[in-house]
Amino acid sequence: MTLLSVERLDARHGLLHAVRGVSLALAEGEKLALVGANGAGKTTLLRALAGAHPAAAGTVRFDGADITALPAHRRVALGIALVPEGRRLFPEMTVVENLLVAGRHRRPGPWTVDTVLDAFPLLRPLRHRRAANLSGGEQQATAIGRALMTNPRLLLLDEVSLGLAPQAVDAVYESLTGLIASGTTVVLVEQDLARGMQIADRVICLLEGRIVLEGAAAELTRERVTAAYFGLGGLGGAGGKP
Amino acid sequence: MIWVSVVIQGVLLGAVYSLFACGLSLMFGVMRIINLAHGDIAVVGAYLAWVVATKAGVSPFVSLIVILPAMLVVGYALQVALLARSLRGGQLVPLLTTFGLAIVIQNVLLEIFSPDVRSLGASAGAITKSSWRITDALAISWFGVAILVVAVLVLGGLDVFLRRTALGREMRATAQDPDAAQLVGVDARAVYARATAIAVATAALAGTFLAIRSTFEPSSGPTQLIFAFEAVVIGGTGSLWGTLVGGIVLGVAQTIGAHIHPQYSMLAGHLVFLAVLASPRGRMLLARSART
Amino acid sequence: MTDTATHPRNSIVEDKPRLLEGEGLVKRYGQLTVLDGVRFRVDAGDAVGVVGPNGAGKTTLLSVLAGSVAPNAGVVRLRGDDVTRLPQHARCRRGIGRAHQVPRPFGGMTVLENVFVGVSAGAGLRGRQAHARCIEVLELCGLVELANRRADSLGLLHRKRMELARSLATGPAVLLLDEIGAGLTDAEAEQLVETIRELRRQGVAIAWIEHIVHVLVQVVDRLVCMDAGRVIAEGPPREVMESAAVIDAYLGKAAR
Repeated sequence: MTLLSVERLDARHGLLHAVRGVSLALAEGEKLALVGANGAGKTTLLRALAGAHPAAAGTVRFDGADITALPAHRRVALGIALVPEGRRLFPEMTVVENLLVAGRHRRPGPWTVDTVLDAFPLLRPLRHRRAANLSGGEQQATAIGRALMTNPRLLLLDEVSLGLAPQAVDAVYESLTGLIASGTTVVLVEQDLARGMQIADRVICLLEGRIVLEGAAAELTRERVTAAYFGLGGLGGAGGKP
Repeated sequence: MIWVSVVIQGVLLGAVYSLFACGLSLMFGVMRIINLAHGDIAVVGAYLAWVVATKAGVSPFVSLIVILPAMLVVGYALQVALLARSLRGGQLVPLLTTFGLAIVIQNVLLEIFSPDVRSLGASAGAITKSSWRITDALAISWFGVAILVVAVLVLGGLDVFLRRTALGREMRATAQDPDAAQLVGVDARAVYARATAIAVATAALAGTFLAIRSTFEPSSGPTQLIFAFEAVVIGGTGSLWGTLVGGIVLGVAQTIGAHIHPQYSMLAGHLVFLAVLASPRGRMLLARSART
Repeated sequence: MTDTATHPRNSIVEDKPRLLEGEGLVKRYGQLTVLDGVRFRVDAGDAVGVVGPNGAGKTTLLSVLAGSVAPNAGVVRLRGDDVTRLPQHARCRRGIGRAHQVPRPFGGMTVLENVFVGVSAGAGLRGRQAHARCIEVLELCGLVELANRRADSLGLLHRKRMELARSLATGPAVLLLDEIGAGLTDAEAEQLVETIRELRRQGVAIAWIEHIVHVLVQVVDRLVCMDAGRVIAEGPPREVMESAAVIDAYLGKAAR
């Protein structure tokens, strides 16, 4: 059952055409990894899906309904949650308060402050600490927990490993695999290809706002993704796009 | 002993300033908007109280029952219809918009009500004339204390609202990161509208009290705006209790200045304001405002 | 123009004239080390590409070379002279040009006027000479038809061209380019490549930061890859882009 359907989506970033004619479809329960060099349009695409970035053209359909013009806070009510790049916690508010703000607009579902703190045990002792005083890994856990509080059907994760020490990234991914096993549909932007392909069923590679490679994670090799990533057409080619 | 009286008068005066400053502080804290029409909105509140009091023949305190809800609606509408759009234009546009609004309000009031100076003190009843006689030199007006109590209740109540209620949390979250707030389901537009509604209503409350305590006329707004602004800066924009303290400090500075020489009252207030602005805390405030 | 005589510390003797080089460059912002002992050089006639994941320090390197950021340690030399303490505008007059990632045109002025600022302030030309050079630069960048348009009325592509034109107008010996390839269509990218090739023919040396690697490799002879403030690979473009170290830097280590 198709949960998310995107048709020829265009998005601009100032004068820059960041997303160009992207089309994709995601079934409920699928996990998609989005890879690509910086400036390829991954963050803009995720934000456009979440409603935080206006679509210049094209349509986004969620559960059959056209949500292209729907603002971000209404998409949360439908079940789309974005964990933004750089965490973006409310710095002067505590962990619990960050969770509660999201909890006010929750859909019915299993996630509450308690269950989130259970899923991220490292946060329980920190629950009354101001977000600005948390470490990178703790902030990331809080940011994911905050998105979960809305009980999303579609979880969008933007670069959760950015700026984190390897152990922190391990911890984040460990919690994620648990969540993902429960059947949430996920779109994951991840710099680290190995981790992305670990979690995902499918991989899409963006280059300059366009999809240049798409396929099942199990079938794609690191080499093929690398070639698409840089647009270098693999060994021997002299600069053309694949 | 006379200094005790001066300070107490200053505290009571400062309570009025705190009430004025409350709405200004809230709008700046949540939306980074400096509402240059804030003083004039307070004067609108005073005129509304005057209209209701004279037409219905009731005391201005009773008229508040009608005015406050009405001003909540006006504030909400003001944000949605006018300020939301000017926010999109960048940092300077809201300043221009509210400046224009101030001019419009003053002239409309002038047209409707003429430049006559009025006061609501007469229709307010006995409370405004009574005072406690503590000693020969020290008398504390009932009304002054009443304003102080109201100021503490309003500012304290708002503080509790922001820190303990769900709506208040939303407001704080939107103030800190409106984009992230949207991503977790908060309707930032509605939050801003609520903040403006509260600001306008408290301004009307402050304006009514001012009208009872002394006089008002169509161009009274800007002076009150300056005092409110100084109170906000002195007290810091971090918390509403700070705004209460800021107002009181300003009031005390003014009464002490007046006691030294009648013409020094305003100057004393301005000097304290400038001293705070030049201090490290003040410079941090400027840096924060510039950054956004 | 060897510099071993005046700078005996350089034990490396090269025949090619060393145009712009940085040695041991370190830049820290508080606890964060953005450049960690970087060595970089552009020789006359060279075209070097700089790649690497975000946060690698590429733009900071360019800023240190151009003079808009002062390094905590290390030395920048232009034609052998130590210019580390020289401010940006002085380096510009001596021949370092820079095109920024985000074009910042002088909005209220026309395209011609923008370029003219570069010609007169940067290259120090006057009168008819200045005007002629303006036209030359505009032709090279394909902006002649737009010469009298206000700069802030231009779309992204033309803004980027104007950014390039303005930096060219200063008559640089070495041009530092920062991600000027982003957002271009295929046709536009081809035109850009042609323009850069023409610049090389005219003798301008190029150092170019770029994420759009497939455009970069068409123009440069040498690629430098940075990660976390260090140079992790340097050499012919193909080799560098296929090296495991570079791929790991961008994509993370391969799964075992």
